[in-house]
Amino acid sequence: MKTMKSALLGLTMLGVAATATAQGEQFIPLLSYRVGPYAAGGSGYFGGAIDYFNLINATGGVNGVKIIYEECETEYNTSRGVECYERLKTKHGGASTIDPLSTGIAYALLDRVAQDGIPMTTFGYGRADSADGRVFKWVFPVGTTYWSQAAAMIAYLGQKVGGVDKLKGKKIVHLYHDSAFGKEPIPVLEALAAKHGFELIKIAVAHPGNTQESQWLQIRQARPDYVILWGWGVMNPTALKAAAKIGFPRDKVIGVWWAGSEEDVIPAGDAAKGYITAAFSAPGTGFPVMQDIKNKLYASGKGNLDDPSRLGSIYHTRGVSYGVIIVEAIRKAQEKFGKGKVMTPEQVRWGLENLNLTEARIKELGVGGMFPPIKTSCLDHEGSGMVRFQQWDGNGFKALTPFMSGDKEMVRKMVDAGAAKYAAEKKITPRDCAKEG
Amino acid sequence: MSFFLEVLIGGLLSGVMYSLVALGFVLIYKASGVLNFAQGGMVFFAALTYVGLLEFDLSPWLAIPITLVVMVILGLLTERIVLRPLVNQPQITLFMATIGLAFFVEGLAQMMWGANVRALDLGLQDEPIAWVSDHLNMMISKFDLTAAGVAALLVTGLALFFSRTRIGRALRAVADDHQAALAVGIPLQQIWGIVWGVAGFLALVAGLLWGARNGVQFALTFVALKALPVLILGGFESVPGAIVGGLIIGATEKLAEVYFGPLVGGGIEGWFPYMLALVFLLVRPEGIFGEKIIRRI
Repeated sequence: MKTMKSALLGLTMLGVAATATAQGEQFIPLLSYRVGPYAAGGSGYFGGAIDYFNLINATGGVNGVKIIYEECETEYNTSRGVECYERLKTKHGGASTIDPLSTGIAYALLDRVAQDGIPMTTFGYGRADSADGRVFKWVFPVGTTYWSQAAAMIAYLGQKVGGVDKLKGKKIVHLYHDSAFGKEPIPVLEALAAKHGFELIKIAVAHPGNTQESQWLQIRQARPDYVILWGWGVMNPTALKAAAKIGFPRDKVIGVWWAGSEEDVIPAGDAAKGYITAAFSAPGTGFPVMQDIKNKLYASGKGNLDDPSRLGSIYHTRGVSYGVIIVEAIRKAQEKFGKGKVMTPEQVRWGLENLNLTEARIKELGVGGMFPPIKTSCLDHEGSGMVRFQQWDGNGFKALTPFMSGDKEMVRKMVDAGAAKYAAEKKITPRDCAKEG
Repeated sequence: MSFFLEVLIGGLLSGVMYSLVALGFVLIYKASGVLNFAQGGMVFFAALTYVGLLEFDLSPWLAIPITLVVMVILGLLTERIVLRPLVNQPQITLFMATIGLAFFVEGLAQMMWGANVRALDLGLQDEPIAWVSDHLNMMISKFDLTAAGVAALLVTGLALFFSRTRIGRALRAVADDHQAALAVGIPLQQIWGIVWGVAGFLALVAGLLWGARNGVQFALTFVALKALPVLILGGFESVPGAIVGGLIIGATEKLAEVYFGPLVGGGIEGWFPYMLALVFLLVRPEGIFGEKIIRRI
């Protein structure tokens, strides 16, 4: 019933948005998913982004420019995502930027966004080597990529055993969703295994991963020191329950950030206690921005989440973080191209490429500590690569580390090599960053 | 040897969970000769309704019967709105109708209760039995054993229902020929109403057990996909076949994943049961317990 109410509210807001377009506002299409197997992630993330955009609008917009948005339901389905992109890219004066929150859709849109000249952010997912802005001019895996995360995981495990050199001879299982997403970190993990001398055991889980007895029996037989859980959706609570069933300690299971939300651990109940995950944004309602969202939006029934108890959850703050970064990119572009003006997609792209979110600036924006400092450039569209580790205690995620990074040098070499290969395949001439303004 | 046995037993117990879903398919198929594609959606709908009711601070003992009533109403409405107008239509038409029904039920469930992932605690610990792990070095879950017990009860009950009751025999007559059943005075609508109601009950049981194991979320609809090879093996109209098929699929997919999977990169559980079912179709198309189809040429 609540969902019906919010759908009606959404339609009303869309009407307002469409009216606003006529006045020339900044349009951001949202390729969201609120139904289907990954609805919990989609509704939290896009709910967070919308809450932030509405907060910005409620406080005067970006130097007076209001953000308008329109959602299109993808159900995390690649073909639907492409259809949504095509449907929305020219609406309301044209899309400023998009973020499909799906590695599959992001891959499908790589060529299209370059052709259409619309910047695409892939906030913590997508193709890792797109961090090379010389080749991927229109793609921004801003914040961090799967490769940076995999390297940070190994660095964290190194810390746990008293130094990365102590990983020699250890066994680490990579339990992964048998898809492009699950296989993405394998090159980095293999390179780090070779470098540090640990044994990497790769075990695939067929989609959707709702039964994993055989995988965990293999893990029991292999007796690894740690298990990296690279899962998505139902695979995650199922893995934690299966780990409990064979008695594998949960504090030796390290999850990818898409396996590190409340929705991943709550269904597993007590089996999730002690479980550790990576994260690129911190949860909580204590941030000044979250307080503003609570007091200015939710207090008057204008919040986007159906269930207000999800306010400040992992997915919600991740969406808020995305909103902050996009608004900051628009603000940055306005500094160069004209304050109070609607920015073109090319100008927003420039803003994304020249982000400088220092710790001080992040604090000033009311999100101090929510995500790490980000400084992008023509060469580096990732701009950070930092990850923090958190542990589920049965009630909430507690931070175990500050934001930290892994072997950045090695990851960057792999990014350069991957991007160069892509450029050769697609006959792209890499940009000369020295000539970029 | 101990590891092999552990994989085998784990697989058999997983197979029982597949059988729970397959039973719902069998029931509808027996009564109407149609594969109910919406069974997975019904499992999801039932589990979501149950946890949704719990969020209103209802006790489980109240939430279960209310959910059951909701499922029976859903079944009756399906019969009245979807199936009754299609009496005597080709089976493929009925099948297509259930595909539409599946999308409708999945959407309705999320519209009513939201798409949030919920935990479901039945008070059954999904942990190894200490005595077995201490003495036999095998991890056998209490939860899985309980699920097996529930499945055994359901199979016994359904087998008796079909063979020993007037309604059960009427169901079989309806499945054989709608028109002939109507001609001898069997109330088709009433029979279908009962069947869809019982299928709703089976969906609730499967939804509670699968929901307790994986959380109540959209992925519950996918468990129906595992029931299909079970049905091909066991036979679409056989209750014992659903159990035997489930045991075979569960055991073989786990053994294949552990012993054959690593040779081909792993993750073969998704397609192995279908390949096995395909091979089986070539040998015995009606399934192990299915009725042999003899046609006059």
